[in-house]
Amino acid sequence: MPHDHHGHDDHSHLDDMTARVMALEKLMTDKGLVDPAALEAILDTYETRVGPRNGARVVARAWTDPAFAEALTHDATTAIHAMGFGGRQGEHLTAVFNKPGLHNLVVCTLCSCYPWSVLGLPPVWYKSMPYRARAVSEPRAVLAEFGLTLPEDTAVRVWDSTAEMRYIVIPQRPEGTGGWTAEQLEPLVSRDAMIGTALAGVPA
Amino acid sequence: MNGPQDVGGRHGFGPVAPEIDGPVFHAPWERRALALVTAAGGLGQWTIDESRFARENRTPADYYGSTYFEIWIKALERLLEERGLVSAAERASGQVAAPLPDGIAPLTADRVPEVLAKGTPYDRDPGESRPVHALGDMVRTRNLQPAGHIRMPSYCRGRTGWVSAVHGYHVFPDTSATGDHDTAHWLYNVTFAARDLFGAQAGEGDTVSVDLWEPYLDAV
Repeated sequence: MPHDHHGHDDHSHLDDMTARVMALEKLMTDKGLVDPAALEAILDTYETRVGPRNGARVVARAWTDPAFAEALTHDATTAIHAMGFGGRQGEHLTAVFNKPGLHNLVVCTLCSCYPWSVLGLPPVWYKSMPYRARAVSEPRAVLAEFGLTLPEDTAVRVWDSTAEMRYIVIPQRPEGTGGWTAEQLEPLVSRDAMIGTALAGVPA
Repeated sequence: MNGPQDVGGRHGFGPVAPEIDGPVFHAPWERRALALVTAAGGLGQWTIDESRFARENRTPADYYGSTYFEIWIKALERLLEERGLVSAAERASGQVAAPLPDGIAPLTADRVPEVLAKGTPYDRDPGESRPVHALGDMVRTRNLQPAGHIRMPSYCRGRTGWVSAVHGYHVFPDTSATGDHDTAHWLYNVTFAARDLFGAQAGEGDTVSVDLWEPYLDAV
């Protein structure tokens, strides 16, 4: 799994960090500050249980259940928690809907706030300086780097997550999916579509 | 603080490197770092804003020269040291030199599912307090320049926008960063015309929405 795309992460640097983190983990364990089994339970949660499939279920339901879409518009926290997707970094939620003429994009310029409970852990690029610096000031150029070029008359609304409110984008339902069930629609909803750096997928 | 974390609108960082299905960890130690930092948060010895301030309150050379999880680890080491939980000498030797203070208990594995599923709500009972601003009101952000923690990005200070949501009565990060779990203020979403923030090269009709607390705002 580990593979390094970043030239500045040279190997000696990584080795230093490996040693530093191993040493800290051992010391914290020896002192009784962490329970080793708790570390495994945390990783298991975010590697196998909590991820963008949660968010995809929210989106697909919003596309197929007008009452749910309405509830999501007015109180996403309650609507999403009722699906069982509450918890850490998802305590307070707002759903922002793309529509013709409006595209939403989420960033955290000050750190890396991200709706873990519906999207899992953030991708590396979301936490990177280029994304944090530029998503607010030149979102169209950033979207182009993701291969997404919006029509000029589509307004971009960028959400900078500066508080404990977390944002999930509800992309537009793809054309040609009339009559599809929520289960059929879920695979069309990528993580990036719920951040706003992609659109929902095209049906195969 | 006007620190290295406040990068919105800064130039020079280069292009984004998207990864469609890339791993969220680029090295095994990053995975351990995430688990350690999350578990250490469960000690309850610091707030989320104390944690953020420990990450951002460092020299630009340190901040920009460190990878994301490297900053997490440096901040964790600092917090543990400041709380008297792991000393610099213990880190240097790798040996436990002093017992933990009374009342410190680790997050145990059996509690992990409950703690992660419950999270930490940040809204508080407003009591008699009512929000000063209403949906649609014009507001101007204050030109605040504190050396301490603040969650108003510099790109939107002293700017005029409109209230696009009243989120509720939420813990105030500026005081939470000093260990205060209770002080709260009304939290708003404020929307700015992108051109008012970033000039003529910003798209006409594009907007930027930022969550801002009442002490950051004045009525216009």
